[in-house]
Amino acid sequence: MTYPADFRYTKDHEWIKVEGGVGTIGLTDHAQHELGDIVLVDLPKVGTSLAAQQTLGTVESVKAVSEIFSPVSGEVTEVNEAVGSAPEKVNQDPHGDGWLLKLRLANPAEVDGLMNADQYTDYIQQKAG
Amino acid sequence: METAIKRTALNDVHRKLKAKLVEFVGWEMPVEFSGLVDEHVNVRTRAGLFDVSHMGEIFVSGPDAIRFLQKVLSNNPAKLKHWQIQYTGLMTDKGTFVDDMLCHRFNDDSFFLCVNASNKDKDFDWMKDRSAGFNCSVEDRSPQYSQIAIQGPLSESILRAYTNVDLSKIRYYWFTEGEVLGEKAVISRTGYTGEDGFEIYVRWDAGGPMFERLLEDNVGCGLKPAGLGARDTLRLEAGMHLYGNDIDDTTTVLEAGLEWIVSWDKGPFDGRDVLAAQKERGLSRKLVGFEMVDRGIARHGYPIAKDGKTVGSVTSGTHSPWFKKAIGLGYVPLDLTPDGTELDVLIREKPCRARVVPTPFYKRSK
Repeated sequence: MTYPADFRYTKDHEWIKVEGGVGTIGLTDHAQHELGDIVLVDLPKVGTSLAAQQTLGTVESVKAVSEIFSPVSGEVTEVNEAVGSAPEKVNQDPHGDGWLLKLRLANPAEVDGLMNADQYTDYIQQKAG
Repeated sequence: METAIKRTALNDVHRKLKAKLVEFVGWEMPVEFSGLVDEHVNVRTRAGLFDVSHMGEIFVSGPDAIRFLQKVLSNNPAKLKHWQIQYTGLMTDKGTFVDDMLCHRFNDDSFFLCVNASNKDKDFDWMKDRSAGFNCSVEDRSPQYSQIAIQGPLSESILRAYTNVDLSKIRYYWFTEGEVLGEKAVISRTGYTGEDGFEIYVRWDAGGPMFERLLEDNVGCGLKPAGLGARDTLRLEAGMHLYGNDIDDTTTVLEAGLEWIVSWDKGPFDGRDVLAAQKERGLSRKLVGFEMVDRGIARHGYPIAKDGKTVGSVTSGTHSPWFKKAIGLGYVPLDLTPDGTELDVLIREKPCRARVVPTPFYKRSK
């Protein structure tokens, strides 16, 4: 799996893609693989304000529950309803149709503190090694 | 003190198959191969192959073997015919579980117990201590055996080609000795999935090649490796208990809903007096099955509440891959055990509605 160069990544395995002040957020392919079959995704309502590192929701596989953390601060502008009714989309297309939500960035500079694709790839390889 | 992680003889095979490995009670075990849901459904519809070599094998033999086992176990091994198996509990003096296990009877005075990996050493010490004064030996032969389970409706038709035993003659909860792939094997028609299938005990080193060969030959007819993840969801759907979750040394065999493995008429046994008194007095709590009504998945340890008051807790809970809904087991006060009773499971402090339902959740069509 290659990690898109126009995404930024967190140590908790979320990705964010920023376009015109709005960030699309999802889980990385590594995260979905570690979690296994995802069967439930709980996301916040549109309008919710989130701080960076704040829990934005939970994702549950058959085996376990994991929290999802917001990579940056901002206000939720859109939630991927398709993932609510078909959580397996996160497994099938984590960097595409399986996106979770969109956020209007409160402080776009926060994105610079996240890993780029090369750094993230090294990060997960180190963890595996 | 840090102890080294234990590996089954099949570890290299799991790595070759790119299984996801996790530590489970001191053993490095495959939790998933192709994916939990895929493996689960494959066991229900075709067949799955499990490495369960971490399980313990304890042999009890001698003229007093029956008398000894009658004393320490809840069930009555004297009721077994040769080559028959029963589910049973190793009891504390309080009628709670040291462990739960399968008791296999070879002949008049020789038995073998298949016990949980997590409890094997404790079980062995427990029985060894209590066997003083009985003319029988208690032997831990776990390191000698690999155990492979083939589970699912195609199990018999797949395994048939590899054994000199007529598998169709082995009934559910019976076993035999024979050969599998030329290796001496104990073959029992048992399992922990709610499906038909066999558990095969062979010499330690024979486990890896056997697992690999069975898979290689039978990929085409639907046999897939399955991990501990699917084993757990399969057993829960089948309403089978897991030691450490649903039963332990704080839960009595009656509270667990397992009176059918208590033999009242065999004479004294460990825990009998406490159990008899509990039966006389009536239970204050019991293990029930439930399904979630609200969206949410109950998990081990989540509180169960009624009218805002915590009344018990979830002992096992998951998303059922077969029914595609959340199910679980938990202890609740006796007045909340009837089918249809509404309960709340507190999921991250939020009450989510659940309903008591009969177990097993899943029953195979025969």
